[in-house]
Amino acid sequence: MPVIVAENISKKYIIDHQRKTGSPSLRDIVTDTMNKWFSGKRNDAGFAEKEEFWALRDVNFSIDQGDRIGIVGHNGAGKSTLLKILSRITEPTTGQIKINGRIASLLEVGTGFHPELTGRENIFLNGAILGMSKSEIRQSFDAIVDFAGVEKFLDTPVKRYSSGMYVRLGFAIAAHLNPEILIVDEVLAVGDTEFQKKCLGKMRDVSESGRTLLFVSHNLTAIQALCNKSFYFEKGRLIDQGETTHIITNYLSKVSHKMLEKHWDNIENAPGNDQVRIKSFRLIPDYQDDLRHIDVRTPVSFEFEFWNLIEDANLNLSMHLYTFTGECIFNVGTQSESFAKGLVSGKCELPGNFLNDGSYVVSMMIVKDTSTVLYNMEEALVFDIEDYRENVTWYGKWPGYIRPQLNFSIRQIEHAVND
Amino acid sequence: MAGQHTITIKAGGSEKDYWKDLWLNRQLLWILSKRDISVRYKQTLLGVAWSVLRPLATMIVMVFVFSYLAKIKSDPGVPYPLMVLSGLTIWTFFSNTFTQISNSILINSNLVSKVYFPRLLMPLSSIAVGFVDFLITFGIFLLLTFFFRHPISWQIVFLPCFILLTFITSLGFGLFFAVLNVRFRDIGQLIPFLVQVGMYACPVAYSSTLAQGTWFEKYYNLNPLVGIIDGFRWCLLGDQAYFNPQSLYSTAVLSLIILILSLIYFRRKENTFVDHI
Repeated sequence: MPVIVAENISKKYIIDHQRKTGSPSLRDIVTDTMNKWFSGKRNDAGFAEKEEFWALRDVNFSIDQGDRIGIVGHNGAGKSTLLKILSRITEPTTGQIKINGRIASLLEVGTGFHPELTGRENIFLNGAILGMSKSEIRQSFDAIVDFAGVEKFLDTPVKRYSSGMYVRLGFAIAAHLNPEILIVDEVLAVGDTEFQKKCLGKMRDVSESGRTLLFVSHNLTAIQALCNKSFYFEKGRLIDQGETTHIITNYLSKVSHKMLEKHWDNIENAPGNDQVRIKSFRLIPDYQDDLRHIDVRTPVSFEFEFWNLIEDANLNLSMHLYTFTGECIFNVGTQSESFAKGLVSGKCELPGNFLNDGSYVVSMMIVKDTSTVLYNMEEALVFDIEDYRENVTWYGKWPGYIRPQLNFSIRQIEHAVND
Repeated sequence: MAGQHTITIKAGGSEKDYWKDLWLNRQLLWILSKRDISVRYKQTLLGVAWSVLRPLATMIVMVFVFSYLAKIKSDPGVPYPLMVLSGLTIWTFFSNTFTQISNSILINSNLVSKVYFPRLLMPLSSIAVGFVDFLITFGIFLLLTFFFRHPISWQIVFLPCFILLTFITSLGFGLFFAVLNVRFRDIGQLIPFLVQVGMYACPVAYSSTLAQGTWFEKYYNLNPLVGIIDGFRWCLLGDQAYFNPQSLYSTAVLSLIILILSLIYFRRKENTFVDHI
């Protein structure tokens, strides 16, 4: 029996090219209206440049009870919008969804936590916000505290919690929800490995008890482990659905590998904001032989250029390298230095014989004062590393994310006595 | 686990179950109210004392300025400080709740963008803090009546009606501004100004007998708070305080109409709050 049936769901947003952020101020409306009245037409500098953007377009699906649905797709494919509509946070522009059963959604860990309140108070607050009754919370109170491991700090305001404790408490509460349908958005991106394992385990329990799970993640391994079916979204459309292994293979093959270079000549349409704009980001391989491809031996360097639009800014770059399934392999940063307005470039060299073969995704962050992220260029470059082996007769998949050549030697220390 | 709980999500589909949902979420209303109250006094040096000090200090300033300097007379037989404090009690209740309601959606924007519940819970829960303050100020008022040996009149039985009316009026105005506040951030600047002007436009520091017989009397009485404040005073101070019961009908009708219109407006906009935050 289907518990969720969605018919022709679309969601339209109006993007206003004039204002980058925030709501229109009253002045904008007033000046626009005045201009309309007095000149008889809309003012081009005011409201005119609006563009429609369809975050979701004609999405249809049906989910049966007990299904564990993984939702994959690139950033901006409409995954989060779908979850928001299902959680009733926003309405679809067209279409309708019928939901049978109590639904709980976890789009963020610790929603509504108040920093001034103690852990105990926040458990009740957050539980109620997520839709638990007081008696339900009381029943699972000890289990929540135990799962989060915060017994000693129950009466401490959560603003004194470490970020790890905060996240653990938030997830612990959500994990003790008892909905028939659970919606989870990328919450595993936070917390340490140990805790992530705990979370995945808890989510598996949920799915094994016959409840329905919808799970968005960039971590394809987690989706593969948890979900029996998957949806693949691209540009707001549900382009494929079916068994998880099938969808993930399809997703991996469709994604355009090898985005080795991105550049913008014109500062006007370059990505960024009024503080920084990206000029270029390219990967430059130092090919070792005539074969023009990157293999495990090839050193590569990343060159990054951006326009700095703020005077005397203390900036540094921070680069993340991910596997294609979303695990972060490393994060490196430059020193923070003061820069005047103008073009700034950064370069990172990655030695050969370091990464294993596979597909990798790079993101680049521009950080101000070592703490404020000015711009994060996510999934900026994608590249493949081919396999290469010498003097080996084994051709199985080389395990591991990295494949460094370390000083690892073997020698004979004693000869058996020959008689 | 049978799917008895069925919902339909669609555009503009403010479901028929909205009011039922609101009722089902009453525990959340209570918890959000409790949160606001306990957060309010955490990390303050004087804590609850603020709720006592503020109305008292305002009253003393008003007595000094209006009675001592400007020589404004109270209604005959009513001590001026009592007249001011009674007006101030109910006006502060109105202005606090009105301000809190107007800001309730923005203050809770982290909730609006991450979880669903009937949005009306946020303005409703924000009333709690104002109500606690009201009770404290009211207690001070009662103490002062003993001090001035002014008898409490029997009309005090009508007091809940006027509190309810104040509540309806502040919700009526507040909901409207809460929606506007999400759309236009300028409203945040406008609200304190409105409250300031409102205090002088309402018979807080003076008796509305002063408006009698003037050319603007008709318009003056259109302000629903005039009837409420006069009535509130009449309940506490007795027949010596001026109150025209006739004005109550227009006050009640007007407040209800404003509340209903605001509710309709709020309901129409609440599902898209998140797109503007």
